[in-house]
Amino acid sequence: MTLKLGVPSKGRLMEKTFDWFAKAGIQLSRSGSDREYAGMVDGIDGVSLVLLSAGEIPRELAAGRIHLGVTGTDLIQEKLARWEQQVEEIRPMGFGDADLIIAVPRFWVDVETLDDLDAAAADFRARHGHRLRIATKYHRLVREFLRDEGVADYMLVDSQGATEGTVKNETAEAIADITSTGETLRANHLKILSDGLILRSQATLWRSRVADYDGTDRQALAELLDRVGG
Amino acid sequence: MAARADILALAAQLRAGFEARGARAVETPILQPADTLLDLYGEEIRARAYTATDALRGEQMMRPDFTVPVVQMHMTQGADPARYTYAGEVFRRQEHDPDRANEYIQVGYEVFDRTDPAASDAEVFSAISQALQGLSLRAATGDIGILKAAIQGLKTTDTRKAMLLRHIWRPRRFRALFERYSNPLDTAPSRAALFRAEDPFAAAGPEIGLRGRAEIAHRLHALRDDVATPPLSQHDVAIIDSLLAVRETAPFALQQLRDIAVDIPAIMPAIDRLDARLSALADRGVDVDNLDFEASYGRTSMEYYDGFVFGFYAEGRPDLPPVATGGRYDALTRELGQGAEIPAVGAVLRPGLMLELQEMAG
Repeated sequence: MTLKLGVPSKGRLMEKTFDWFAKAGIQLSRSGSDREYAGMVDGIDGVSLVLLSAGEIPRELAAGRIHLGVTGTDLIQEKLARWEQQVEEIRPMGFGDADLIIAVPRFWVDVETLDDLDAAAADFRARHGHRLRIATKYHRLVREFLRDEGVADYMLVDSQGATEGTVKNETAEAIADITSTGETLRANHLKILSDGLILRSQATLWRSRVADYDGTDRQALAELLDRVGG
Repeated sequence: MAARADILALAAQLRAGFEARGARAVETPILQPADTLLDLYGEEIRARAYTATDALRGEQMMRPDFTVPVVQMHMTQGADPARYTYAGEVFRRQEHDPDRANEYIQVGYEVFDRTDPAASDAEVFSAISQALQGLSLRAATGDIGILKAAIQGLKTTDTRKAMLLRHIWRPRRFRALFERYSNPLDTAPSRAALFRAEDPFAAAGPEIGLRGRAEIAHRLHALRDDVATPPLSQHDVAIIDSLLAVRETAPFALQQLRDIAVDIPAIMPAIDRLDARLSALADRGVDVDNLDFEASYGRTSMEYYDGFVFGFYAEGRPDLPPVATGGRYDALTRELGQGAEIPAVGAVLRPGLMLELQEMAG
């Protein structure tokens, strides 16, 4: 058997992951053509590369189909119930920084905090006859955060992309989404609530607690952890 | 875990028992339209109920309880008064505790009757209590109506009362609001500047979304008023604190509440209702002298109870969910009744848990 390492299959996240492992003397690469999702590993024995969508890596780790995986804290916590029992954090990797935040229109001069959001939601519901809608793809994280903070009279609406545009399009009144620089938010006339940070996320190397590890897997894991300083 | 066949047999037996008390047995669909439940419970229901979707009917939820469909049925076609009973599966998502069942059998008894609410409360409590006879259970009782009346009776603005009332179900948030209202408001510098601004929208971005200028201006106005609102008096703060701390056997609790009511007469009618209920319970043979009463009981459930609340818990098994829960939900009939309303009280039992406890007791 080989130790299976799951890595995002495209874009900057893949490139930065390859660079990060390269610094530890482990060369990851895509084999064959650009369109083929197969990978190669050089510089360490007993490790194989599995290229996956970043969003599927939490599920694969939790199913034990991969031993190690690179994905954001946000996706792990959103997709896995009781995530601490299914995966172990090996090392934050220092890139892919993103904050999951709650943002409202800048035009809402009366709303700066979650407390304001709660009060505005109560008014909104009484006036419009439906709950204040928050567009997001991070349903569990946002719901649990707002429950802990005691915000009521809102509802989540699903948005898998272009979430910042939902307010202008009047399919939502506020959003909960990932931001790194805040530029997209500003361009869409949105502002972050002062206490609206739900989670700080970055690309992280995770180990599956449920995968099977045979003797050679364990050896390869020890070697890899040693090299990356996990 | 008890065998499913045994649970179903016990459920049928319990339902037959409620039928013998004059209840009509009813069935409801397992798939419920999601919008009614969402409107009623808010986003929290998505964390508790399974959602199923198809392209034709959109979102549906697998019945998280029977109360909503039974109330809807009653409000559209029910006789008045009416008693109902039902038995069947309910489904609850579990994301944190793998030991909690996500599907189990519930048996319920619901009473819609205008004549004597105290008697109806006692009827439901004693019917459940008798169904549970032989099990070693502790009954907990409370009354959301007293807390609501106390908030209504505070010397403060309607806005603040409304905020407190809406967060009764979120004790932490309630506490935070209550503390804020108990002290002079600390206005953030940015907010003070906003209040002073000639045009508060000068630095705002373009007007986007459904929440418009008039709505925001209205809230700014309300915020300014709120700053000028004096904090709750020490007297009012002490009343709420002592009220929330009431935790006694029923006769002593009643006495304590009457003492508190001297300072806040607004709660008198609610306390008289408690008094009448205790008499009605005693008439039905409930040992009221040893019945626990807790003023804060029932505040952490997601429910819609607005008066009497109760639950039965297995002694020495805090890990188990309650074996039975119930209460008065007049407000729910108002929400679902489109103008109509009827006093209603009901409760549910979990035959699966009853069998589990019986097995453990040998």
